[in-house]
Amino acid sequence: MKPAPFSLTFDGRRLTALPGQSIAAALWSAGILAWRTTRHGGAPRGAFCGMGTCYDCLATVNGRPNQRACLLPARPGDTVTTQEGTGHDG
Amino acid sequence: MTADLAVVGAGPAGLAAAVTAAGRGLDVTLLDAAERPGGQIHRHPARGPVPRPVRRLTRRLRGVTHLPAHHVWTVVRDGDTWLLHCVAGPDEAPATVRARAVLLATGAYERQLPFPGWTLPGVVGAGGAQAMLKGGLALPGRRVVVAGSGPLLLAVATTLAAAGARVPALVEAADYTAYARRLPALVRNPGKLAQGALHGGSLLRHTTRLLTRHAVTAAHGTRRVEAVTVARLDADWRPVPGTGRRVPCDVLAVGHGLVPQLELATGLGCATRRTPDGTPAVAVDGRQRTSVPGIWAAGETCGVGGAELARTEGEIAALCVAGDASAALARRRARLRAFADAMAAAHRPRPGWTDWLDDATEVCRCEEVTAGRVRHAVAELGALDARTVKLLTRAGMGWCQGRVCGQAVARLAGEDPAPDRRPLSCPVPLSQLAHLPEAGPEAGPAPEAPAPEAPGAE
Ligand SMILES: Cc1cc2nc3c(=O)[nH]c(=O)nc-3n(C[C@H](O)[C@H](O)[C@H](O)COP(=O)(O)OP(=O)(O)OC[C@H]3O[C@@H](n4cnc5c(N)ncnc54)[C@H](O)[C@@H]3O)c2cc1C
Ligand code: FES
Repeated sequence: MKPAPFSLTFDGRRLTALPGQSIAAALWSAGILAWRTTRHGGAPRGAFCGMGTCYDCLATVNGRPNQRACLLPARPGDTVTTQEGTGHDG
Repeated sequence: MTADLAVVGAGPAGLAAAVTAAGRGLDVTLLDAAERPGGQIHRHPARGPVPRPVRRLTRRLRGVTHLPAHHVWTVVRDGDTWLLHCVAGPDEAPATVRARAVLLATGAYERQLPFPGWTLPGVVGAGGAQAMLKGGLALPGRRVVVAGSGPLLLAVATTLAAAGARVPALVEAADYTAYARRLPALVRNPGKLAQGALHGGSLLRHTTRLLTRHAVTAAHGTRRVEAVTVARLDADWRPVPGTGRRVPCDVLAVGHGLVPQLELATGLGCATRRTPDGTPAVAVDGRQRTSVPGIWAAGETCGVGGAELARTEGEIAALCVAGDASAALARRRARLRAFADAMAAAHRPRPGWTDWLDDATEVCRCEEVTAGRVRHAVAELGALDARTVKLLTRAGMGWCQGRVCGQAVARLAGEDPAPDRRPLSCPVPLSQLAHLPEAGPEAGPAPEAPAPEAPGAE
């Protein structure tokens, strides 16, 4: 039996995720490759190492900044937002 | 409660060790940062079917206390036992495990060499793409160029193609004929050869072009990667002028082999050695003992060599902790290690790769430090080593603590990468640091064992 998909949002957009997917995997599956901008250059970044080493994939999840999207399991109703800079300046 | 043995890492090495030690009647605690056992090779979706080799081992984990989602950030001596400090679960709760002996089986992570455009979205680690595909059933795009160096690239290209991606090219900087020079090691491993042939076969069916002695020297695009430049390399990995060709793609999966994860070991003062690809690894004796009594190490943290070697080393370590040994396992280890060394020598990054960098290329992704600034620190400000470069430019001082750029910065400063020495193995909530007992281990300087004669050196 296939596990039931569920939904979460990214910057207000509704996405579908499969149980067991990380936030990064759910975003990739929706064709989204960037969910952070860098502190100095404001350049877009997403998952790079895919295994928790590089910290490029930091996202704000349910209001909490600096979450490694490649490690964090997606949960129904999660609210993911693009993290600007350090994630602390609003 | 004090465990007889705490195993850090539930990959092939750690699982094999835990099962073997428990089988000898030891009381074993197995910790892993990940939610599910299996390590890097056996990544699998949380609700999906468990791969057979993992099932076979986890079934035998009865009697082992398995603590998933426990990231061990430091190990300290406490009398004649060890204390393992962890952050546990999504809430990063503190947890402590006490044990008489510790086995470090923390595996490896991917080596990255920077090039212009490597920070564009859509440029991803080859091993990472593999892990996300196996663990999350997610592909970052449809047309994927796989590039870098090392046997993992073959596995990655095969997995991607099987999942429906089109892989127009597999770009390998080294030359497989380098293996042939070390044929004696090869012919003792017919299984490896068969595996290689298998990958070759399925790739051919998927119309992938295998380009050896080539590299992706730039990625192009504005908001994401749209194409890469593939150029031929000379023996030192310098791009041959005029050979660059543009290959359109929407993903580049790139990696230059794996490097051992050493933080816990160097934090404990364990000696390291250099493997034939110039990378530091934990030094162990024939029974997987590190230079620190009471601490064992097994698997890729002792040098990259594949899952079978990792399993073998895990078993040897567990037997040793239980006061036993096996000549058959020792022979298998020697055979697999010889093969791993031959491979490491063949794929050792050559110094000419720094010619891929233009001054605007970001070397440190976290702190956005460019190659130009690193070169300026070396040439103009007189930085003689990676440490000074780091202090002058902040390269390696960001979130990842230099795990991604450390190798590259060392090379630009003209040295071989030094063994990882980060105070903590992961960012730890400050509140937990406050509770750390003050008596640390006798963390004297970790001696570097004399480097074995690098077989790849010309
Ligand atoms: C990203 C990646 C993808 C790979 N894909 C393949 C593949 O497809 N095919 C293939 O043949 N080989 C692959 N390999 C190589 C393969 O992983 C190794 O050959 C084999 O898994 C090594 O086993 P190990 O037990 O030494 O380490 P690993 O399997 O890496 O296991 C180490 C474990 O330790 C845990 N760990 C590390 N540090 C800590 C800590 N401080 N606290 C708690 N836990 C910790 C990790 O979570 C991990 O589960 C891959 C390697 C990587 C890095
Ligand atoms: S992608 Fe590297 S830490 Fe998440």
